[in-house]
Amino acid sequence: MQLTDLTIHQLHDLLREGKTSAQEVTRAFLDRIAATDERINAFITVCEQEALQQAADADARIKAGDGAPLTGIPLALKDIFVTEGLRTTCASRILDNFVPPYNGTAVAKLKEQGAVILGKLNMDEFAMGSSNENSAFGSVRNPWNPECVPGGSSGGSAACVAARQAVATLGTDTGGSIRQPAAHCGVVGLKPTYGRVSRYGVIAYASSLDQVGPVTRDVEDCALLLGAVAGYDPADSTSVDRPVPDYRTALKEGVKGLRVGLPKEYFIEGLDADVKQAVEQAIETLRELGAEPVEVSLPHTEYAVACYYLIATAEASSNLARYDGVRYGQRVDEGSGLIDMYMRSRAAGFGTEVKRRIMLGTYALSSGYYDAYYLKAQKVRTLIRQDFLDAFNKVDVILTPVAPTPAFRIGEKTADPLQMYLSDIFTIPVNLAGTCGMSLPCGLSQDGLPIGLQLIGQPFGEETLLRTAYAFEQASDWHLKQAPL
Amino acid sequence: MKITRAQVEHVAQLARLALTEPELDALTGDMDAILGYVEKLNELDTDHIVPTAHAVPMENAFRGDAAHASIGTEKALQNAPEDSDGCFLVPKVIE
Repeated sequence: MQLTDLTIHQLHDLLREGKTSAQEVTRAFLDRIAATDERINAFITVCEQEALQQAADADARIKAGDGAPLTGIPLALKDIFVTEGLRTTCASRILDNFVPPYNGTAVAKLKEQGAVILGKLNMDEFAMGSSNENSAFGSVRNPWNPECVPGGSSGGSAACVAARQAVATLGTDTGGSIRQPAAHCGVVGLKPTYGRVSRYGVIAYASSLDQVGPVTRDVEDCALLLGAVAGYDPADSTSVDRPVPDYRTALKEGVKGLRVGLPKEYFIEGLDADVKQAVEQAIETLRELGAEPVEVSLPHTEYAVACYYLIATAEASSNLARYDGVRYGQRVDEGSGLIDMYMRSRAAGFGTEVKRRIMLGTYALSSGYYDAYYLKAQKVRTLIRQDFLDAFNKVDVILTPVAPTPAFRIGEKTADPLQMYLSDIFTIPVNLAGTCGMSLPCGLSQDGLPIGLQLIGQPFGEETLLRTAYAFEQASDWHLKQAPL
Repeated sequence: MKITRAQVEHVAQLARLALTEPELDALTGDMDAILGYVEKLNELDTDHIVPTAHAVPMENAFRGDAAHASIGTEKALQNAPEDSDGCFLVPKVIE
């Protein structure tokens, strides 16, 4: 077993017992990045010197008996988290030279614990995409098959963990951007309930949907990392003031008598046969462990993608108005006035998909179309949320596939934005409902690509998600499979 | 057609995007297809449905009216493409 194969909790034990050092572990991961990232392209920025310094500090802290669960643990961050003194690009040319003057709350919490930050991870530009092909820094490749996408938008966060380049990472999820890449890369990812984790210092895409979450190698690490970043933050007025449970204590409660809802709208024609089989096998495993599968209905599922692409783009068009070439980011000024400077800077700085979404959102919010598109979508959002609340009157957790297919090939869907959007059909409803969901490995396709199982919980039902996932993980070995890299 | 080329040009102006002719052509097609797809929402009767802006019910959050430390002028300006005398510099607006 190599150091780079270990989990947070395993490394924490070794560090505490003095069997390895944070510097040795950090060096191992930096070497792994150097050996593999030419093929994967998961990192936009690797901060070797800073990471080794943080590791030395962590070793001193552990020696002094002051170690926290994440002290000396090498992590990496999606390049959407602003990091003081460390370039943060959001995978966009417009922020190519942006060095933030502060740390976001989630990052500050990791640093307080003495975690080692290895670098910043590739993603779809401004988190807009399902394949990581929309990055100004090139596509990320799937460690299981470099011809395939890793999923998106947190593709770098998922590929990095699958390639053993960091122990765990943070991503963000607006319509599936943690869960779908986690599924495609065979790792664990969790999107917490809206408001569970502060969004302060997370570059905004769609503010009513964005949420920060962990990408990890196993469910216990997921519980640990979620606990480390969750909690109320006065700097994010939408974070919820509610105690953070010790997510790890909930893990071992088992699933006996747990009612697991199977929404019939998610088991439809067009679902890949391998995905269907793997998910059905997972249901059988949970049944053997004492869970009780129950059919439920989420009748407005088929409207979720349309609803999402109006709400998310509308919010994006407003959020991305801040990139104007004045306070930060790229400026293109040809001397023909302020408005022209705005228009040229934005046109030169944004990629195709970002422009497409800004345009769609601007149109949906524009005079004469607001009621027909944006307001209509907000009303449909109410129906979608109500579907989930109704289902949770009958069941404790909902189980579905994460994506209709395993990872698709690079280039396969770039010509047709609508086809790309539809690949998020099973993850988008959770963001619209504002509740929590997670992805964990549940199989491999005949082509050797990972398949993800999605568990959806009630608002603030992360403990139920984690204990269900943990019970499944204990009864299977999919999380131990390694990408052939 | 859900959207015309002229409307797309107008939206680009609203969005402050100097798009090229090929970009405007491509976006007209893309937006038309996507707007055609979202028409699907009109199958639903939502006359009496309250819109959801945020999924978690929340009230206005107020903080105390007290001064806080902030990052300061120097840090605030460190990423500015152009600055002068502690201010962000923009192209001339008033002739």
